[in-house]
Amino acid sequence: MTSRARLVTAVVLTVVLLGATAAYCVSAIVGYQARQAVPADAQTAAFDTQVADDRIVFRNTTADAAYGLVASVSAADAGGSRSVSDVPCDRVYSEARSTMCLRIDRGVLTTFSANLLDAEGAVQKSWPLPGIPSRTRVSPDGERVAFTSFVTGEAYATVGFATATQISTIDGEDFGNLEGFSFTVDGAANTAIDRNFWGVTFTADPDVFYATAAAGSKTWLVRGDLAARTLTAVRESVECPSLSPDGTRIAYKKNISTTATAYWSIAVLDLATNEETVMPDTRNIDDQVEWLDDSTLLYGMPRDDQPGDADVWAIPADGSGASALFIEHASSPSVVR
Amino acid sequence: MYISLPQRGTRPKTGAPAARVSSVVITLGVVSMLTDISSESVASILPLYITGALGLSTIAYGFIDGIYQGVSAIVRIGGGWASDRTDNPKWVAFFGYAASAATKVGLLFVSGFAGIASVIALDRLGKGVRTAPRDALITASSEPSNLGKSFGVHRMLDTIGAAGGPLLAFLILFFVPTGYHLVFIVSLGFAVVGVVILGLLVPAIRPRRQSAATGEARKPFRWRTLAEPRLRRLVLTAGILAVLTVGDGFIYLVLQDRSPFAAQWFPLLYVGTNVAFFIFAVPLGRLADRFGRARVFVLGHLALLAAYACAALPVGGAAVTIACLVLLGAFYAATDGVLAALASEVTPPENRATGIAAAQTVVAIGRLIGSTMFGILWFAAGRELAVVIVAAALAAAIPALLLLVRPLTRVAAVG
Repeated sequence: MTSRARLVTAVVLTVVLLGATAAYCVSAIVGYQARQAVPADAQTAAFDTQVADDRIVFRNTTADAAYGLVASVSAADAGGSRSVSDVPCDRVYSEARSTMCLRIDRGVLTTFSANLLDAEGAVQKSWPLPGIPSRTRVSPDGERVAFTSFVTGEAYATVGFATATQISTIDGEDFGNLEGFSFTVDGAANTAIDRNFWGVTFTADPDVFYATAAAGSKTWLVRGDLAARTLTAVRESVECPSLSPDGTRIAYKKNISTTATAYWSIAVLDLATNEETVMPDTRNIDDQVEWLDDSTLLYGMPRDDQPGDADVWAIPADGSGASALFIEHASSPSVVR
Repeated sequence: MYISLPQRGTRPKTGAPAARVSSVVITLGVVSMLTDISSESVASILPLYITGALGLSTIAYGFIDGIYQGVSAIVRIGGGWASDRTDNPKWVAFFGYAASAATKVGLLFVSGFAGIASVIALDRLGKGVRTAPRDALITASSEPSNLGKSFGVHRMLDTIGAAGGPLLAFLILFFVPTGYHLVFIVSLGFAVVGVVILGLLVPAIRPRRQSAATGEARKPFRWRTLAEPRLRRLVLTAGILAVLTVGDGFIYLVLQDRSPFAAQWFPLLYVGTNVAFFIFAVPLGRLADRFGRARVFVLGHLALLAAYACAALPVGGAAVTIACLVLLGAFYAATDGVLAALASEVTPPENRATGIAAAQTVVAIGRLIGSTMFGILWFAAGRELAVVIVAAALAAAIPALLLLVRPLTRVAAVG
């Protein structure tokens, strides 16, 4: 081939390849917008007029106009019709008065935020996040909130794996990043440089919470004290704890993998007897469990065949039975009592 | 910028000092730009894809990412060696680019963490293989007098891709929030175009044969020539400076803690650094040609030192954050391409790719060590003090290394 022929071939191939890519993009975007235009299969309602009594609030993932919006179903009839609001969240946790909503603020310049929503769904307070939203919780009395994000940014900015977890009150008092708390394991201060904390769960005591601590390749369940600003390791191999409504047990994910790649099962720890029960769901579960009541656990499971879609599953908390589909096309469940 | 048809191997050996940047360099820059759009678009959304779509934590991702960096450094030497051994940098580089493009096809079909991890590993391998042969090609198609400018032009185009890729990916996700596969397809498209342009438009320059043709004795590749004193001097200098180079991520973290502005824009701080890199790449490359590449390389670390000073300042705000990003960008512009130009300058043609690879590998490993040590210092001495200590060490090292590289600077002035 002469150099001229090469140039022509290269130009033609470039135009064809980039043109085909652009055409595919446009058709995919149009297709997505068409799906979005499909009216939601659920009834829509303003944020404050959703299912009134005991309800389960979650992130809706149906592939229609309601994708990514906060929705709710009656706790008594979880399989029944859902009510979808107009508030988008990537991770949501509701309590009777306050809702925490972690968002990916999409755009060419994508940023991340944690938002405290009032009963109408309006943003009351907002915190910027240093990376992708991970977990969030509101205390049972609705006074304190906690949120975790990954410290990601772009590949250039990655400092290995890091999380940032913050606790604040809804009145605006910030307790700061948990990395500022003193952390002890077996009575000795742990000052590892790669300490990370995530997955807060609150208790009925305003000062006490539980969370995950990690350093090196180990993880711990830690008991935190907001007044003393301390974190004390209680047990090893516990991630994303969740305290039962009666305060007697903690459900969490437990890494059962023997290789570097994590594989998590759900386990329940009885705080009085220190007895651990691993749930009989053998799938890899990566969520912070939510208690439906004192005997049932809820968690989100992404769908393998549909990126971005998930279902909420339920399993008896005593390990006596298999998991069952609880809410289709949903993730990030929280029970509002 | 003047773009002409590639002059296949008929490049004049002597030229005016202000010679134009070869069209081969520009073509290679465009290939790198397309490839960077491809790889950075995927890299930027990967954490989101893993957490958002696959529903996994990024724990293992961060862990594996560290291993890749090491693998990439080792493979880089292999790529340089293969290029010198075969005297065919183009096709070795082509193999690296093609391997990375192939992984984009893989991304469309694998799901699950292990699959993605192996696909990304292959992508990094491709990157490791192609870097040194590509830089050897840039050298072979440039005049010795404008080598710094040539690398500057290449890095400028490369940086456009590195900054543009993530923006393109997030634009796609803005239109289709779950459109990860769409990003993968776009990434594949850009990667294939890059490979096509490389294959068709970049001449298969043979550096060893070319130097033999111009009267220099034709020598086979020898590991021993790598022990050449000037290359040793350069590698030592670059290695010491690399150990004193704290990862950008740490600087961003310091800024984030100090300034609400930086905290809000934390996920995007790298864009600011890239824009500054893009602006300074060519001017600093030209400066390196005139003022001495070794000098600019060492003095470029003054920009890094100033960035440390910015980060350690007790005040924080939009202005300090932006100044810090501009300084970081200037630092990369004064060191990244200039190092490759320097390494080319001090190695004979038959060893060039291996020499470039050796210098780049030492820098990569040095930075890994530097970041790890800084992490330890960060905790032991506290954040501000840690930055001050590294800054002091760097301030002491710069004049000493300036003396060490004086022999290299003299050679550059003659060449």
